[in-house]
Amino acid sequence: MNAAFTAEELEFQQEVRQFLETEFPADIKNKVDQHIRLVKDDYVRWQKILYNRGWAAPNWPVEHGGTGWTPVQKYIFSSECAMLGAPETVPFGLKMVAPVIFTYGSEEQKQRFLPDILASNVWWCQGYSEPNAGSDLASLKTAAVREGDHYIVNGTKTWNTFGQYADWIFCLVRTDPSAKKQEGISFLLIDMKTPGITLSPIVLIDGQPEVNEVHFQDVRVPVANRVGEENEGWTYAKVLLTHERTNIAGVPHSKVRMGKLRELAANTPDGNGGNMLENPVFAQRLAELEIQILAMEYAELRTLAAVSTGKAPGPESSILKIAGTEAAQHLDELFMQLAAWQSLPYVPEQFEDGFTGTPVGTGAAAVSALEYFNNRKQSIYGGSNEIQKNIICKAVLGL
Amino acid sequence: MDFSYSEEQQMLQDSVQKFVQRHYDFDSRRKILTSNAGFSNEHWQLFAELGWLTVPFSTDDDGFGGLATDLMVVMEEFGKAMLVEPFLATAVLGGGLVSELGSPEQKADALPSLMSGSLQLASALAETNARYNLASVATTARGDGDHYIVDGAKTLVLNAPAAHRLLVSVRTSGETLDLSGISLLLVDKEAEGVHLQTYATVDGFQAAEVTFENVRVPVAQRLGEEGAALPAIAAVVDRATLAVCAEAIGAMDSLLTKTVEYTKTRRQFGTPIAAFQALQHRMADMFIECQLARSIVMMAAMTLDSDADSRQQQRAVSAAKSRVGRAIRKVGQEAVQLHGGIGITDELDVGHLFKRVTVIETMFGNTDFHTARFSRL
Repeated sequence: MNAAFTAEELEFQQEVRQFLETEFPADIKNKVDQHIRLVKDDYVRWQKILYNRGWAAPNWPVEHGGTGWTPVQKYIFSSECAMLGAPETVPFGLKMVAPVIFTYGSEEQKQRFLPDILASNVWWCQGYSEPNAGSDLASLKTAAVREGDHYIVNGTKTWNTFGQYADWIFCLVRTDPSAKKQEGISFLLIDMKTPGITLSPIVLIDGQPEVNEVHFQDVRVPVANRVGEENEGWTYAKVLLTHERTNIAGVPHSKVRMGKLRELAANTPDGNGGNMLENPVFAQRLAELEIQILAMEYAELRTLAAVSTGKAPGPESSILKIAGTEAAQHLDELFMQLAAWQSLPYVPEQFEDGFTGTPVGTGAAAVSALEYFNNRKQSIYGGSNEIQKNIICKAVLGL
Repeated sequence: MDFSYSEEQQMLQDSVQKFVQRHYDFDSRRKILTSNAGFSNEHWQLFAELGWLTVPFSTDDDGFGGLATDLMVVMEEFGKAMLVEPFLATAVLGGGLVSELGSPEQKADALPSLMSGSLQLASALAETNARYNLASVATTARGDGDHYIVDGAKTLVLNAPAAHRLLVSVRTSGETLDLSGISLLLVDKEAEGVHLQTYATVDGFQAAEVTFENVRVPVAQRLGEEGAALPAIAAVVDRATLAVCAEAIGAMDSLLTKTVEYTKTRRQFGTPIAAFQALQHRMADMFIECQLARSIVMMAAMTLDSDADSRQQQRAVSAAKSRVGRAIRKVGQEAVQLHGGIGITDELDVGHLFKRVTVIETMFGNTDFHTARFSRL
């Protein structure tokens, strides 16, 4: 039993590190370090750099442009990126719709859509949740009624991230209202420029319009844009949900933040002439969280080891989303605690690129409340932590 | 032993509840927040007419009585409504400092106009390197004949943009961390050398970073004895701490009520989510937190109104702030989680209540700070 990387894996790690050190744009790294909001262009630029190296899609089959990496290599790659602060490529195209297309799509669809997703020429967003279909996604009601060689789509999708940037949207729609709910759903690809689609921004409590409602009114979608069989969409979507089994705990990112938290604590006055790292209570809290992250790291490695030796991921994999998001949220709490009064000023413009005014407070402290507020979403999205616990109870504990 | 409200306290509570019902729904509040001033001066005049601005002051100062329990009653209602008017900054903190340290002339010069709604105050006490230590004062005031010359910088000065005058803690002698050597000056906001960098706080209040560059302040505007202001400053901040604890009780009650209501109406998987026992128990846990928080705030308010000595009073306030802080984290986070995605939208009031209580946890010393202070006292 061992957790070590092999000599080849270590070599690969070096190769990745060198690539990142030379190719990850300094200006984007600077933005990430200074907590400046990334814009669409930053994500596109970085994905194109990866694309040129052939590394944009580690999870795709080689025939469509994937890297052919082993699970351990994929883990190494995403860890190294996270440690450097390289932003995760926006997942909707590369990680969400593409696997459905290359698994269930027609040849024509694969050729039409996959290359542009890989090269970040086309941006995708997701049309899943609805105002009345959150955790109970299968109860969705956005309807697609067949009319000749088109579907007419009517309904509303919500929590649509970055829809304002997107060119296309992939949607779960109801094509058979009389069937059992999971059995009447189809998977449609829709051009955002199609007449009848409107976006309403949803501002979150950190003041940013990160998500949208997407309204469909008599939107005509060619039947050729349906992936796979009519009424089989739920099956395809479920495949997506189980597709990523590693790296969902966000361990490398949390480790990096933990390091920054420690450094910040050492540089934060305690008001009595010392610093917060010397404060025994705060130091204890840091240690507890660091220990928890270490435990999570090894839970994730257990999953990785199983998958890389051809076994199914074990029961420990079902805890990763819960433990991961709780640790990330706990980090938010500690950053805010450290910032004290400095977490309170709301000066969002100082986190926009090109700000030339006088900032209030510095970096991590100044953004700590906004991150704390925004990240409450982590325990809610992607299958809420409550749903994750239901899965543990049903699938693992047999309750 | 009687924990029920007196007749006057009942009337005070009714008065705030009626006002909120008529004038302060969520949309009205949103309009006020986005206005230039960030609060409604019309409402402020109404507060004056209704006598609320007299609540923090003793009858000697022509106030309502100055009881901490009276303050608790109004602040709880303000918390439920998420009031954005600067009651805390002007009446409780600023007014409290004038009342504690001011000479009869200084009080006469400020308190009547404060209580009648024409004077706004802000207190510049915290500094960037001081964290929560009120004794850590690097802003200096050196004597120059019948003036002081003030130099330094203060952070998170609530209500500075609207304030006419600032109460500023300055060091007239000693080293940065010395307990003695701190004085309190009343500074005209428009005085030369006073510079504000204004902003809203993450929960929607108006505040500023305030710097002082060679600001001349008449010695006559010093409140209390030179170098001896810290104990009074600390006592007034403790009172303000108790006030925000009470505000948090109201806000948390509101979070719990809204969460229960929401889970009864939100249907998923063919049922209201309130039917899930796992969620019911979590709401029961929220209720327990709210009740314990309310209880400890009552303890602290009653202790401040008793003849308990200063150490016991500080201990009571820290116990309250510590316990309420823990409750805030639990109740706030659970309310958002049980609302799902809409809990973090700007459109719904739940997210705003969550932000407000989170800010309260951070103000005047967070949970760890007060737990440690309680432990030391």
